[in-house]
Amino acid sequence: MTISVTITVNGQPETRDVEPRTLLVQFLREHLQLTGTHVGCDTSQCGACVVHVDGKSVKACTILAAQAQGAKVTTIEGLAADGKLHPMQEAFREHHALQCGFCTPGMIMSAVDLAQRNPNPSEETVRHELEGNLCRCTGYHNIVKAVMAGAQAMRG
Amino acid sequence: MYAFNYHRPKSLADAGKLLGDASDGKFIAGGQTLLPTLKNRFASPSDLVDLTGITELSGISVSGGTVSIGAITKHGVVATSADVKKAIPALAHLAGLIGDPAVRNMGTMGGSVANNDPAADYPSAVLGLNATVHTTKRKIAADSFFTGLFETALEESEIITKIEFPVPKRAGYEKFRNPASRYAMVGVFVAETADGVRVAVTGAGPCVFRHKEMEAALAKSFSPDALKGIKTDPGKMNNDIHGSGEYRAHLVGVVAKRAVQNALG
Repeated sequence: MTISVTITVNGQPETRDVEPRTLLVQFLREHLQLTGTHVGCDTSQCGACVVHVDGKSVKACTILAAQAQGAKVTTIEGLAADGKLHPMQEAFREHHALQCGFCTPGMIMSAVDLAQRNPNPSEETVRHELEGNLCRCTGYHNIVKAVMAGAQAMRG
Repeated sequence: MYAFNYHRPKSLADAGKLLGDASDGKFIAGGQTLLPTLKNRFASPSDLVDLTGITELSGISVSGGTVSIGAITKHGVVATSADVKKAIPALAHLAGLIGDPAVRNMGTMGGSVANNDPAADYPSAVLGLNATVHTTKRKIAADSFFTGLFETALEESEIITKIEFPVPKRAGYEKFRNPASRYAMVGVFVAETADGVRVAVTGAGPCVFRHKEMEAALAKSFSPDALKGIKTDPGKMNNDIHGSGEYRAHLVGVVAKRAVQNALG
């Protein structure tokens, strides 16, 4: 059995026939070739696969594409506009908030969601809110700095 | 995951029929527990019936000393609801401790309660607040809802529609988390309700349970000190790689005192 799923991804409606067991992250990576969304643990713990579904952060490895039928999904590829990095991406670059970069797409998507809900977060809030995103390189210090700077840049 | 058929009905009647027609169907709400279970091939349902398209299962309302929460209401919504924060702050606090922000944007109250994971948070609030679980067939009191490890009083095609929480005089929740999974190693929900003091413990044993000795002590004096010296039987605790029965039994005492402190504000 396949089902037709339509999801608006980064502003573009995309329809594909998929098996019902297709995860959203597979839909993005394998059907749309949007490989910026990473699969780290595949057990909804590491957060490398975080995308926004109707504006809210979700772990794309733990939602079926079918569950996102009709939704608007934003991935890391959808953040930059007009050849300019999103303020949160720019903050990660500026503060060297990554080493290997594997966790970075999910980290940035969670950070953007955090900053939208919490425009002026304290360091404690940032550390608490990022508990669903694991980074095995940096020790989080520069990530926290970047998220605070990115949130500030987003408020303009 | 093994292959399955997927359905997204718009009404409870259709959902019940789809499950009845399936050879081995399962309901899915947020899927934050079910999907990992399927990925591990611990279950292989023939059909998934998605309940999140049924709008009447959503929403929060407060009236006459009762907070009513629709089954597909997400943890993140409960955690940030001004109504819940005002009426039962401990319930909003508990919801905000489940998983992480992304998990809270998908996971639902009804899904968590129906699944009755021994380490889930919500069952302790349902039992501790003496809530009533409304289903497509009946109303079930919290005391007879949770029947064992991943077991509830729900029948095969019965769907939780909403959960009604009586507003307590005061309540508090404290959780000692497993740092990796963020599930409760031990979570304790204490409440001073119209029917007396209730203490519900999750994470520690195979199923959420009421701690009657603690309830009796807190009924006499609602203070952390009232719990001094009260023992919990290690033989009735979970014993696994995360902690021994003795460790969990000790944690129950520590966490319960903090929950009472939280309730006192």
